[in-house]
Amino acid sequence: MSAHAEIHTHEDDHGHHHKETFVTKYIFSQDHKMIAKQYLITGLIMGIIGILMSLLMRMQIAWPEEPNVIFKALLGKWAEGGVMDADIYLALVTIHGTIMVFFVLTAGLSGTFSNLLIPLQIGARDMASGFLNMVSYWLFFLSSVLMVCSFFVEAGPAAAGWTIYPPLSALPMAQGGSGAGMTLWLVSMAIFIASSLLGSLNYVVTVINLRTKGMSMTRLPLTIWAFFITAVIGIISFPVLLSAALLLIMDRSFGTSFFLSDIFIQGEVLHYQGGSPVLFEHLFWFLGHPEVYIVLLPALGITSEVIATNARKPIFGYRAMVASIIAIAFLSTIVWGHHMFISGMNPFLGSVFTFTTLLIAIPSAVKAFNYITTLWKGNLQLNPAMLFSIGLVSTFITGGLTGIILGDSALDINVHDTYFVVAHFHLVMGISALYGLFAGVYHWFPKMFGRMLNKNLGYVHFWVTAVCAYGVFFPMHFIGMAGLPRRYYTNSNFPLFDDTQDVQVLITVFALVAGLVQLVFLYNFVHSMFYGKKTEQNPWRSNTLEWTAPVEHMHGNWPGKIPHVHRWAYDYSKPGHDDDFVPQNIPLKKGEEELQH
Amino acid sequence: MTALLTTLILLGITIAIWQMVKIFDLTQTNRDTSQVANDKDNSINGYLMLGFLGFIYLITIISFALWGDLPLVSNSASEHGPEIDRLMIISMAVIFVVQTITQFLLHYFAYKYKGEKGKKALFYADNDKLEFIWTIIPVIVLAGLIMYGLFTWNDIMIIDEEEDPLVIELYAQQFNWKARYAGQDNVLGEANVRLINLDNANILGLDESDPNAQDDIITTELHLPVGRPILFKMRSQDVLHSAYMPHFRAQMNCVPGMITQFAFTPTITTEEMRLNPEIYDKVSNINKIRNKKSKKLQAKGEEPLDRYEFDYLLLCNKICGKSHYNMQMKIIVETQDDYNSWLKEQRLFKNSLVQN
Repeated sequence: MSAHAEIHTHEDDHGHHHKETFVTKYIFSQDHKMIAKQYLITGLIMGIIGILMSLLMRMQIAWPEEPNVIFKALLGKWAEGGVMDADIYLALVTIHGTIMVFFVLTAGLSGTFSNLLIPLQIGARDMASGFLNMVSYWLFFLSSVLMVCSFFVEAGPAAAGWTIYPPLSALPMAQGGSGAGMTLWLVSMAIFIASSLLGSLNYVVTVINLRTKGMSMTRLPLTIWAFFITAVIGIISFPVLLSAALLLIMDRSFGTSFFLSDIFIQGEVLHYQGGSPVLFEHLFWFLGHPEVYIVLLPALGITSEVIATNARKPIFGYRAMVASIIAIAFLSTIVWGHHMFISGMNPFLGSVFTFTTLLIAIPSAVKAFNYITTLWKGNLQLNPAMLFSIGLVSTFITGGLTGIILGDSALDINVHDTYFVVAHFHLVMGISALYGLFAGVYHWFPKMFGRMLNKNLGYVHFWVTAVCAYGVFFPMHFIGMAGLPRRYYTNSNFPLFDDTQDVQVLITVFALVAGLVQLVFLYNFVHSMFYGKKTEQNPWRSNTLEWTAPVEHMHGNWPGKIPHVHRWAYDYSKPGHDDDFVPQNIPLKKGEEELQH
Repeated sequence: MTALLTTLILLGITIAIWQMVKIFDLTQTNRDTSQVANDKDNSINGYLMLGFLGFIYLITIISFALWGDLPLVSNSASEHGPEIDRLMIISMAVIFVVQTITQFLLHYFAYKYKGEKGKKALFYADNDKLEFIWTIIPVIVLAGLIMYGLFTWNDIMIIDEEEDPLVIELYAQQFNWKARYAGQDNVLGEANVRLINLDNANILGLDESDPNAQDDIITTELHLPVGRPILFKMRSQDVLHSAYMPHFRAQMNCVPGMITQFAFTPTITTEEMRLNPEIYDKVSNINKIRNKKSKKLQAKGEEPLDRYEFDYLLLCNKICGKSHYNMQMKIIVETQDDYNSWLKEQRLFKNSLVQN
């Protein structure tokens, strides 16, 4: 294997023969490190937009009657006199979901760190195809622009929920947003999927073919395992969403009936016959559920790396960690039906999906226990990245546990589509993945920009965010268990829920504080990029290969030869060594044994 | 103008925070320039971890104390309701135990093993026995929950036609509900949206020539006789809707182009439920809240809110368009006699058609 890999890795550096212009260096760059930065910054901008939308929604839910000047300022004609339009509320729900899930936590997270770390951690000069990598980023950029543009469409952006179930999404007369707004949504997502597939193929090929000498699969850092498996899930499931989107476009624009049948709307019968919205639900969730893990696995990979480095201890149960990533990936493709227990599909199918869904709790539990054991008897360096990683494990547990309720078809009957679901998935994939993103940024900022982020600002950022995240989503379970449906523009038409309104206000206050404290992070990010303290080569005293590369970025990553690998990535505090870390490129000492794994 | 002002104010706040952070930043960097956690950072954040564990426990206790009446877990009004509630309580107990222990271990370790210069971590990479233990324990617990869940699910979803359930159609459209009773024959007449004829008020698209349709009854309120199994057949004429009846632990999507179904037996009449002490307290609490709001409204010269009286509700729980948030229908559970006399007052389908 290693001999084979050697042929492809360009042992001799010939990176700096090319003369670079501004355009090839900063804009149409084919260098994975620059592309990673492009992904990160685009992702952060989309994140700001997505979070801002959620704050508008929260203010609407908390104070539905009172005219709000902020609405008037930001929403213009959709908030005449400061009163939010009911359609635009649903549009905010929809675009917030789409942006956060796909543009921030898929592209922003996976795109950034897969690009940055795969070549650097496996010891490769660059991605297998720099060109495809560049195309992948620019398609992502294009789809981001289109998605944001949908807010400037006359009848409003897509508003059928991020799941865009037809017929609501298929019929312009059903909803304002199902006109040009939905067309833009679909086109944007089709381009996004193309971008994601190009990226994923590149990651898979790079990991399989371009590992440096000695970097066997069992020596890969867990980050790379996570990115690799994530890419595989993406390749399996994203095309299915593409087909669903294409069929929906056919239904919308060319009169086919894949998802539509027997519809009477606004006084007339439509011609559609024989299709089924349930088919769309199947296709959507065949991506939609693996998507949760596409979002989450990279965050868990980052956490594994950050926790091991900062605990100064090997990650506990490396083999079990890899096995659970693979098990989660496999199971994730056969659980989609748990979103559809009450969709009208055969109840027997519901039983099957309950079974497979609850199984996924097992590898998840293994991961959580392994993280906790890694902390045990460590020498924990509580850097901001470490705090976010510990925070991730905490929200992953809290959010994941309620999955036992939602994955159980009998219980899902009653909590389906209530605030309980909102609380569950925001904690387990939203907040957790966001923490993974932050952990990654704090940890690899020196690698990206050659400078350090300010740690004290990082601490403020983490602690306020952590308190607010629980403040927002923990009480939300309880209004869900009071039966309050999600996606209601206001709850004031149901006196039954009047006693949940004070909780809504509390949640909104926490959300607003959480939103504001992200400004601290933004300041830290932008300021440190230019004025931060210059970093040492290996500031966290880490074992992985990216820290053997020089601080100054160069084409081809390493001057001279690519380092060879002699050990796994987790020789922290190994007895027999003076330092509490032994980088992967240090040969075994005489008589030293490598752990069998 | 206000729009501009608000934007400026928001911008101002952003800049203010930015500047404050900058000042904070500048005062910090003078003292410590390393930006890697030192012993002092580890110590402070270690204690904060312990504090955060307290916060998680506190917010759990507060949530249960203030909002723990959980209407979805108590006072169910259908025969299968208590079964779901029991499963829910067991699941919540499991979650509570696991959550309390794991969060403790996580945050306590983060505090206990906070780094110190010169200390060395334990090189401990693997233990197959431990991995086996925390694989097998979830397996056993989940196997129990899965079995229990599946029995409950099958019990609810398998509909026993021999019990002679009362057949009622729930019909969804943007943005209201209709109910159709099957009449004397307890058989719903054939229907399809293509047969809708607004001119003669055939609003649900019944087949006017179908003998079974003649005695069907279309209503805008859902009356149910207590103690009788009821089989709901659900249709939608335009987009997806979901018929959500939280008090009865019942929910099923209404899908254009197909008929979905759900069955349950109501066990408590509306009148009885209103007298239930917990519901009574809940309602008076809600009315207190509404009174407060009413006073505010009246001060502004607006109409006060109506007094709230408990009723079962059917809500739409699948995003269906602009007025999704107000798509509801009242459900009244009553004795068989009351139900019969109500039904008698309703117009049969054949009599409801407008003759041109």
